[in-house]
Amino acid sequence: MTIYLLRRLFLLGTVLLGLSIFAFSLGYLFPGEPLQNFSGLRYLDDSTREQLTLAYRLDGSYLQQYLAFIQRLWHGDWGLSLASQQPLLTEIRQVLPATLELTSYALLVSFFVGIPLGILAAIKPDGVIGKAISAIAITGYSLPIFWWGLLLIMVFAVGLGWFPSGGRLGVLYEIPPQTGFMLIDILLSDVSYRQAALQDALRHLLLPTLALATFPTTVMIRFVRDAMLDVWEQSYIKTAKAKGLSRLQVLYRHGLRNALLPVIRQIGLQFSTLITLAMLTEVIFSWPGIGRWLIDSIYQRNFPAIQAGLMIISVLVITVNMLTEILHTFFNPLARKR
Amino acid sequence: MKYLSCLSLLCVALLGGCSRDQGPLREGGLVYCAEGSPEHFNPQRVTSGTTIDIISQQLYDRLLDIDPQSGDLLPALASSWQRSADGRTYEFQLRPDVQFHQTHYFTPSRPLQAADVVFTFNRILQPDHPFHAVGGAVYPYFQSVDWTALVTEVRATGPLTVQFQLSRPDSSFLSNLATDFAAILSAEYAGQLLASGRPAQIDSLPVGTGPFFFREYQKDVLVRFYRHANYWRGEAAMAQLVFDIVPNNARRMAKLLTHECDIIAYPRLAELALITERPDVRVQESTSMNVGFWAFNTRKAPFDNVKVRQALSLAINQRAILQAVYFNQATAARSVLPPTSWAFNPQIPLHEYNPQRARELLAEAGYGNGFNMNIWAMPVQRLYNPNALKMAELLQADLAQIGVNASIVSYEWNAFRRRLSQGEHDSVLIGWAADNADPDNFFRPLLSCAAADSGSNRALWCDPVFDRMINQALLTSDQQQRRSYYLAAQQYLHNELPLVAMAHSQRIQALNSQVEGVSINPYGGIALFQARRVQP
Repeated sequence: MTIYLLRRLFLLGTVLLGLSIFAFSLGYLFPGEPLQNFSGLRYLDDSTREQLTLAYRLDGSYLQQYLAFIQRLWHGDWGLSLASQQPLLTEIRQVLPATLELTSYALLVSFFVGIPLGILAAIKPDGVIGKAISAIAITGYSLPIFWWGLLLIMVFAVGLGWFPSGGRLGVLYEIPPQTGFMLIDILLSDVSYRQAALQDALRHLLLPTLALATFPTTVMIRFVRDAMLDVWEQSYIKTAKAKGLSRLQVLYRHGLRNALLPVIRQIGLQFSTLITLAMLTEVIFSWPGIGRWLIDSIYQRNFPAIQAGLMIISVLVITVNMLTEILHTFFNPLARKR
Repeated sequence: MKYLSCLSLLCVALLGGCSRDQGPLREGGLVYCAEGSPEHFNPQRVTSGTTIDIISQQLYDRLLDIDPQSGDLLPALASSWQRSADGRTYEFQLRPDVQFHQTHYFTPSRPLQAADVVFTFNRILQPDHPFHAVGGAVYPYFQSVDWTALVTEVRATGPLTVQFQLSRPDSSFLSNLATDFAAILSAEYAGQLLASGRPAQIDSLPVGTGPFFFREYQKDVLVRFYRHANYWRGEAAMAQLVFDIVPNNARRMAKLLTHECDIIAYPRLAELALITERPDVRVQESTSMNVGFWAFNTRKAPFDNVKVRQALSLAINQRAILQAVYFNQATAARSVLPPTSWAFNPQIPLHEYNPQRARELLAEAGYGNGFNMNIWAMPVQRLYNPNALKMAELLQADLAQIGVNASIVSYEWNAFRRRLSQGEHDSVLIGWAADNADPDNFFRPLLSCAAADSGSNRALWCDPVFDRMINQALLTSDQQQRRSYYLAAQQYLHNELPLVAMAHSQRIQALNSQVEGVSINPYGGIALFQARRVQP
């Protein structure tokens, strides 16, 4: 296990190294001058220019510049946003929790809806319920999220007026940001309208979570169903059945344990898709997360922000991937040997 | 399956718990959905209508106000004023006991005094003033009316009296003081900021005397104001005012329909039909003091030839443009001045569409075979021209009828304006929104020789005869006499045609039927002081 972990960590290090080299080279690959791309300062007078060139080692070799770049990253000096002239790290700290919040709720929904439905579909795959669930899953899987999200807004927000059309919280509620996670912030705040604010935040969450959860949920249903059917054919299930265990006992003790193992890995694989979909969801539902921030930055040609945003999201995806991989191995001794 | 039923239970709980109109804060709060973020919070330093709408009437007061109906001047922070016999000295008596905002960053120790007014205007006037250079020493409105050349001194002659010395009589002076840009700031606050070494904060964390005070600003998300409890006109009905920043037109409309916004700025004209049928929202409109026009670069051939300009004007179908671009939500323009102005000249005929005559005129001017030209179409949507590209396409088709081959040019907005001031265009579709009720505001910034140099004269037209007319109009304060000068100026423009005025568009806003006390001010930003919510 230790060797395995070391191997994984080494891989992680290599990937991050490659990523940082790529991010660094973006400073040169983007239009405009590297000094501006790295610092994000909109106006550079001669003295700052000189100072920064020195600090960034822009007069030295690429290797020296790269090392200076890594040092700045490490010390949290990510440069300024060209658009707002605010430190990028501060801006990311404001928008990233919103994305994580939305994504984690969608993931939760995909577990709590996807896994039971997948099992249900596997119990009698040719029955009415099994067929219906499969049909729903394939439909949900094929829905383009931008269309599905807009449809939800059209029907439930504009048409029926049940839910707000976008945002995280009604603008009249004033909740001081502490963690950046809205529900937690509301619970931590000491405003008189906490209950109402919580309700309002949940109402704001529902449609975007539904839109974002559709894809991972349907993937989860299909995956769990197939895994269950697969496991059901294994000889140890037959043995368990032959031992005289009831159907439920077989399902819990032998079926689920083995079928859910690949699901852990699936989370890691789905995570990058989920982040991509979250970006689209954020744009559709005006959700102030990192996806919308990054897309706005692209519109504004805000190169330092694009660079930082890409880096954060890639590191996030790679880390989650790696973690689920390790978790999967931890629970599945067979995989360690490979 | 039980999870699904849990989920649906949750839905029911959410829906049942609070039906959409009865949030506890909704009673006392108003949400205005704006089309963009404010640049900062000082009206002196902006011209953008978006910023003015958000900050000016809400946070600040002016010495004078303009009556939105009649365009007359009303007393505001100045309770009365006297003009000296030679027209070069104005003295204002200030209202006593006007309180500044108490916020989390400033606590006023005294009410409004003459020193505050002196501070406000000296910041603009005196290059060595400690606050003059804050924000880059840019005061666009005051620079456009040549304020520093006009006002020689502002001084306090008593604790509540202020005197303005002018270099020459100027009948538009009082109107300028009543614009949204002439907001009165707090000298005490400025002094504290200077002492603590943070002068720039004066424009980002504002203090004024207006009906609401500043609470927070999240860039591109929202601006939050609270009610000013000691407002001198009395308390506003709304305890909280939030400007939700929603740049997307369709989304703003959707938020109005879902009641997330109480008022939305600039609904798209094409969507108005959609909302007029709904009982929960209504539409307000008013002809604004603006004009959309097509200006010719009169420094380039063949546009220096008046016959060519007349021919081009005759060739275009203004009625079709009003229909297709403004969806008939605009008044056909005869000249640059809107019909609501007191100096409007009704003698000027409506625009004539006559391609036959246009061809004859072109032949007389020596361009019988037509020529090539370009039409610059501004890339942004403005009230005075909601869709310049579409208008350009219509013009292109009309011009083809008389043998003129027009190509359409557009750049990103900043580059567009820069290249325009350099005179790179043949003709341009752009417009102007007035900042005050004075007719001078339509003539001098648009068509004077000074404006041709500073760049706001898009026709680059400089005519000494015309300049003399509009300058003489300023020297007299007799309104009848002024009017006769402006009537003549409009007639002169009609003959010379440096630009073809297209339309005076209506300013439109859509609002929830529960909201009362809001109207459109044709002279400036929206005022939400009297907004209140009524149960239908």
